[in-house]
Amino acid sequence: MKKTLVLVTALGLISTSALVCATPKEDQERFQHYFETRFPKVAKNDFVNGVYAIDAVARENWEAIEEFPPYDPAISNGETMWETPFADGKTYKDCFPDGPAIAGKYPYWDKQRSMVVTLPLAVNACRTTHGEKPLKYAKGPITDILAYIAFKSRGQITNVVIPADDPKALAAYEKGKHIYFARRGQLNFSCASCHAGNSGNRLRTEILSPAFGQTTHWPVYRSKWGDMGTLDRRFAGCFKQVRAKPYKAQGEEYRDLEYFLTYMNNGLPLNGPASRK
Amino acid sequence: MSTSRRDLTAIALALTAITLGATAAESPKGDIAAGRAIAMDRAQGNCIACHVLPGGDSPGAIGPALVAMKSRFPSKEALAKQIWDPTVRNPDTVMPPFGRHAILSEKEFNDVVDYIWSL
Repeated sequence: MKKTLVLVTALGLISTSALVCATPKEDQERFQHYFETRFPKVAKNDFVNGVYAIDAVARENWEAIEEFPPYDPAISNGETMWETPFADGKTYKDCFPDGPAIAGKYPYWDKQRSMVVTLPLAVNACRTTHGEKPLKYAKGPITDILAYIAFKSRGQITNVVIPADDPKALAAYEKGKHIYFARRGQLNFSCASCHAGNSGNRLRTEILSPAFGQTTHWPVYRSKWGDMGTLDRRFAGCFKQVRAKPYKAQGEEYRDLEYFLTYMNNGLPLNGPASRK
Repeated sequence: MSTSRRDLTAIALALTAITLGATAAESPKGDIAAGRAIAMDRAQGNCIACHVLPGGDSPGAIGPALVAMKSRFPSKEALAKQIWDPTVRNPDTVMPPFGRHAILSEKEFNDVVDYIWSL
């Protein structure tokens, strides 16, 4: 509990410290320092493996699963999607000339459109530009194309930029930060209630994963789902668990939340797709 | 948004006062066995998710063990207030406000209070 308070205070979110306006860089340093102090035995880059970085038994089971990764079919379906021309003869490559290894560029602040652009949003923009239907954001074929892009992007370093010359970018970051720390739902939890102050603690038999490392490995094959899902799907699942109404997938709220949370994870290598319990 | 939430909070607090007043005045007798079932049920109280409870399998480890309650709370009413809205005593707690947010019905709430008080 004391640790929760330290983090919340550090990020300037309780009323007594509301006047302290921390910069995103300061937030990020405090955020990462908090988790590195809370889990002193975890090497920084191992945070990308979630609870498997902190629990030896869970890690053993997970490594056995990873010998035949359940997300492999998604990667190969995604490769087919990447190479199959759209109705107009163009391909994803026409939208993403540097692709498919482009996951490290997202999310980013688009100054012209004054909004956070995520990879799933860019994928659907590409599709509609070339006369294809957009894909649903939570699960299904979008996880295939995202799995292929993530696989090809493995090893890239999370490097979200909040441009100093556009106050609206900072506003989007602050909005995402607020969503992260605001209590919500009938059960009155914030994201931080579980994944900061109680990370590593057991909720019944489940170990709560640390927020540091949570953005690096999407999409995920989750045993609970028996299926692949996107970060949007997980956000919605968390909201439902605390009995809050989820925001719209890829709406401004979740894009801003992803912008904040991924920025907190700057410096960590990308390791998607992944498998989780 | 913030105004309406403040209004809701005010209403909830008023209701809290009324209900707790009633609790104190009538001191309704809860059903300990029913309370135990609610405390163990994932879809209801789910106390076991965070607290050790006597006889409960695989409890969580977020909150303190629920033992010797009569030595930790001066009265059943004080315990009821804590379960109703633990953020009153500790604004940073992660424990859900079981009464204030109507997570439990009035009967379920009284049953849980009697069960926890019996520990």
